[in-house]
Order: sequence, then C-alpha cells, then structure tokens
Amino acid sequence: MEYLKAFLVGGAICGVVQILLDKTKLMPGRVMVILVCTGAVLGAFGIYEPFAKWAGAGAGVPLTGFGSVLFKGVKDAVDKEGFIGIFKGGFTSSSVGISSALIISYIASWFFKAKMKS
Amino acid sequence: MSNEKKGSVSGVVREPDKKKRNENYNQYVKQVTPTFSIWKNCLKAFIIGGIICTIGQFFINYYMYIGADAEMAKSYNTLTLVFLSILLTGLGIYQKLAKFGGAGTLVPITGFANSVAAPAVEYKKEGQVFGIGCKIFTIAGPVILYGIFTSWLLGIIYYILKQYAVV
Amino acid sequence: MSEIEIRKSKMVGKQSIIFHNPPCIIAASSVAGKKEGEGPLGPLFDIIFEDPLVGKDSWEEAESKLITDAAAKVLQKAGLKSKDIRYLIGGDLLGQLIATSFGVEDLEIPLIGIYGACSTMGEAMSLGAMMVEGGFADRVIALTSSHFAGAEKQFRMPLDYGNQRPYSATWTVTGSGAVIIADRKYANRSNGEALILIKGVTTGKIVDYGLKDSMNMGAAMAPAAYETIKQNFEDLNIKPEYYDKIITGDLGYVGKNILLDLLKENGYDISGNHMDCGIEIFDKDSQDTHAGGSGCGCSAVTFTSFILKQLREGIWKRVLFVPTGALLSTVSFNEGNSVPAIAHAVIVEAE
Repeated sequence: MEYLKAFLVGGAICGVVQILLDKTKLMPGRVMVILVCTGAVLGAFGIYEPFAKWAGAGAGVPLTGFGSVLFKGVKDAVDKEGFIGIFKGGFTSSSVGISSALIISYIASWFFKAKMKS
Repeated sequence: MSNEKKGSVSGVVREPDKKKRNENYNQYVKQVTPTFSIWKNCLKAFIIGGIICTIGQFFINYYMYIGADAEMAKSYNTLTLVFLSILLTGLGIYQKLAKFGGAGTLVPITGFANSVAAPAVEYKKEGQVFGIGCKIFTIAGPVILYGIFTSWLLGIIYYILKQYAVV
Repeated sequence: MSEIEIRKSKMVGKQSIIFHNPPCIIAASSVAGKKEGEGPLGPLFDIIFEDPLVGKDSWEEAESKLITDAAAKVLQKAGLKSKDIRYLIGGDLLGQLIATSFGVEDLEIPLIGIYGACSTMGEAMSLGAMMVEGGFADRVIALTSSHFAGAEKQFRMPLDYGNQRPYSATWTVTGSGAVIIADRKYANRSNGEALILIKGVTTGKIVDYGLKDSMNMGAAMAPAAYETIKQNFEDLNIKPEYYDKIITGDLGYVGKNILLDLLKENGYDISGNHMDCGIEIFDKDSQDTHAGGSGCGCSAVTFTSFILKQLREGIWKRVLFVPTGALLSTVSFNEGNSVPAIAHAVIVEAE
C-alpha cells in the first residue's frame, strides 16, 4: 500500500513539474530551486511534514522533501540552540545529501569520462 | 497597422515600431513552433518519477527492517539514491532515462546528484582545482544557495515568532 | 531571366557586391563526425571520424584536429602547400576562437580570425572572395568548424547532465569545412567539371526581433536570413527564381517555415527553391535530431560536400548560400538579453 502511495504521489509531483517545464521556458536549474524553496516554505507552514508522513518516499524523495528537511533542520536547531541554530540547522540537516553528492561525484570523476551524445 | 492580428506575420513585417514588432514576433513564434505532446511527457514523467520514489520507499523499508530508526533509514535512503544516480550517470544510463522521463528524473534527489556528477566528470580536463573544483556546482549551486537561504529566512521568522511566544 | 548589368562600381545596392572578375573556388574539403557520417550526406564527406575525441584529450583539441585535417585535405586536393596560401580566414564557436587558433597554428599561414557563429562560412567566403578579387591575395583558405560536445559544454550543459530537449532545439554538427578561393587562372579544368565562381556577396546586418528562447535558434535567426535575402533581391533587382537554390545554414524545420512566411509577406515566394543545411544533414526520424542540425560546421560541410557537388555536376547553376548565426553568449543570455542574429549571403555560380 505504501509503495502505491509513493508511486502515485511521487509521480504526481513529477507530472506537475513536467507541465511547468513544457509550458514555461524555465530551465531545469530554476525548477530545482523553485522545488526546494517551495518545500521549505510548506515545511515552515507545517504542511509538508504530515504530508510526508502519509506519502512516505513519494514526498520525501522529491526535492520538495529536501527543502522541507532543510527547514526542519533549522527549526530543530533553533529550538535546541537558539539564535545560532538559524545558521547551523540548514547545512546540518542536508549534510548527507550534499556531501554524498559531492564526494561520490568527485570519486566518479576518477573512473568515468564524459560521454558524447548520439 | 493596429488592426493586424496580433502574432500574425504581417504584424511582424509591416510594424514600423520595433518594440511592437518584437512582441508580435514572439507571439507568432509561439504559435508556429511545434512541441512534443505535453500529455505524453507528463505521463512519462509520472511513471519515471513514481518508480524512483517507489524504489526510495523500498530502501527506507529495507533499512528499517535491518534495524535503523525512521530518521536513519531516510538518511541511508538518500545516500543510496545519490550513489545509484551517480553510478548511472557515469555509465551513461541516467541521461537516457532523463531524455525519456524529463521531470521524472529532475524532481527526485537523483536529479540533484546527477547535476553534481555531470560537471565533475566533464570538467576533469580543466584540472582538479580550476576544472572540477570551481565548476562542480555549476548546476546544483543555486539549489544549495537558495535552499539554505530560504530555510535561514524562515528560521529567522520562526526565531522571532518564538521570542514573542507566538509559536 | 535577365543578366545583371556590369556596373562601374562593384558596390551594388545597399549591402551587396557583384565582382567584375569573380574569384573561383578551386578546392573544398569536409571533415565530419560519426553522427554526421551516418546521415544522408555521409557518403559525400572526405573524412569521417568515428571517435568524438578524434584521438585527442579534450573536445576543444578534437575540434582543432578537425580544422587541421580539413585544411590539410583541401590543400592536398588542390595540389598546394600551406606556403602557397596568402591568408587563412576562419572561426568557430568556442570562446576566443581557440579551436581555430590551435588548429591552424602549424600551417603558418597569416590568419584572419572571425566570429560569425553559425554564419562563419558565409562570412569567411565573403571576405576571402573580396581579398582575391581586390588583388590583395592570390589564394586564400576559408574555413570553420563546430563540435557538438564543445558547443554543449560552452553554451548549454555538461554532456552527462540528464535533461530533455524541446522540439525546437537543434543538434550542433561535429565537423569542419574548408575551401580555397583563388583567381580563376589557378583553377584546374582538366576533368571537365564546371568552374565554381563566387559572383557576389550580400553582407548581413545584426537583426534582433527580441526572441529570448535559447532553445529555439531557428526562430531567432530566421529574421536575419529574411532581411539579408530580401536585401539581396532588392540590391540586385531580381526575383527568387534567379537562383536554382536559396540555401540557409541552420534554420531547421522551425526556422524554415518562419523564413518562408516572412518573405511571402513581402511578395517573395521561395518555397520552391529553398533548402536548409540543418535539415539536409541529418535524418530527422532515425537520428532524433529534433529541429535539425546547427553550428558553423553544419553549413560548412554541407556546402563543401553536397552543394558544390551539385554545382560541379551541372544539377544547379546558381545558388545563394546564406548561413545564419546567433550572436549571443551565455553571459548576454543570463543578463536577460535577446538573441541577435546575422546572415551572410554568397552568390555561387557554376560556369
């Protein structure tokens, strides 16, 4: 059942973004920024977390989930450590995503070459 | 001149005012440029995006099964998806998936990982420091900057509201 | 169809030149990549490289090699050495024209580097013809090139980045084309083929109709082709039928229709004799190239392989070769500017 939810919710978010990509001239980079910021804002309004609890990976895997995690990290850090938490919480919560992408990409550059498109 | 249909060719050719001509031209181009079927694209994005999220759910369940708590399992899932998407990028498979799935590969965190791996592999030729080092975040940089900034901004608002015991 | 009167001045109309002693294209070469070799024009190219790196370490060095080989081939076909060439006029899409600079270094021919984006072949041939007919050079090489991977890296995304291209997007051709322009006395007429002459040129102005879509180059460049072609007709006081073919560089399927519409609105119907190199070089259906081929190399290799062949064999007698270029940079685009374009026309005739 939760697999079905993950599939439908994740797919739906992607379907909506596809419309955005096709109808507007937005480049992929801008779309990714919009997704993350939207997730952070929805997280701040307390909407995204219950949504993610229900939809599981369908809400967690998309970049909106990443944005919501960013806000949650800041919120938790502020609760625990006060003012400095505003600066600490973002990178702390996103640390796994960012460092894994950075480290594994760099290691990948040792083994792989850019491929000509055909 | 003003009764020419907006977006028609004559509105482009016969319009003496450059600004209006350009507006007409943009409209005209929009009309005559064919696009791929938007519904087909949405369906493909839906399917690919759904599959990637389902795979994510599978990993989360698996990690919880072998003993992790919910938060730890999500972190391991992120790590796993990032690793797989970079591996597929290196093998040249992710790009083919992206051509088919569009937003289905852009939206999940796998899109973010691919956007870091692609410049890392491409700019190798320009050196470790000035090639990879400088350009690895060419595509993903904005995501990190605006993600951190937005959460910081919201964090300030949260902090202030907390001071006044609103939250 | 009446012939053009010989005027006292070579300057004709507002932007055109008609040469009194038309220079001759005495040799031409085309070097292309794998995808181009698999296309409809594949059998006509002189050299095809299967390896996109052409044995080099980077895309930029590979493009330089394409240029080196195109220049070497055209010299070989003309039976000449590099010291016989007075000037080399060329350019490419890369920043600061590095593909050309490194590609022609060893030839030690005085270089005139130019930037016309995808219109470079037209610009180079125009300048070369002017230099020869004006008595400033006896033989010049005009060449240009483009490389898919180098262009993508410079203007769009790293190759491994996963993204979708819209229908209007074009595929940058990996290839280099070169011609030797000389006085007709240097032409080799032994094999009975027609002599290829550059009868005149119409130089384009920058044309900007305010388009800001970098994925729809055809639409950005069509107005430039429209204005240069229209000017050519007006300067020479001719009708479209004067030419057997009017050949644009890389307007693609989208730009072609726009060009036809724009000219028709002015009473010029070129639907019967228009051709586009970007449409001819790839097979849309089997090669998945969306709106067609693009890049400096697109018009260059199509001209040197296919168009010259048709002229030499007498299938066409007179063509207007008018490649177009989009003169944007990543910086200008990011700063919110539109895509300005230019088109340079060359009148090529078989005798």
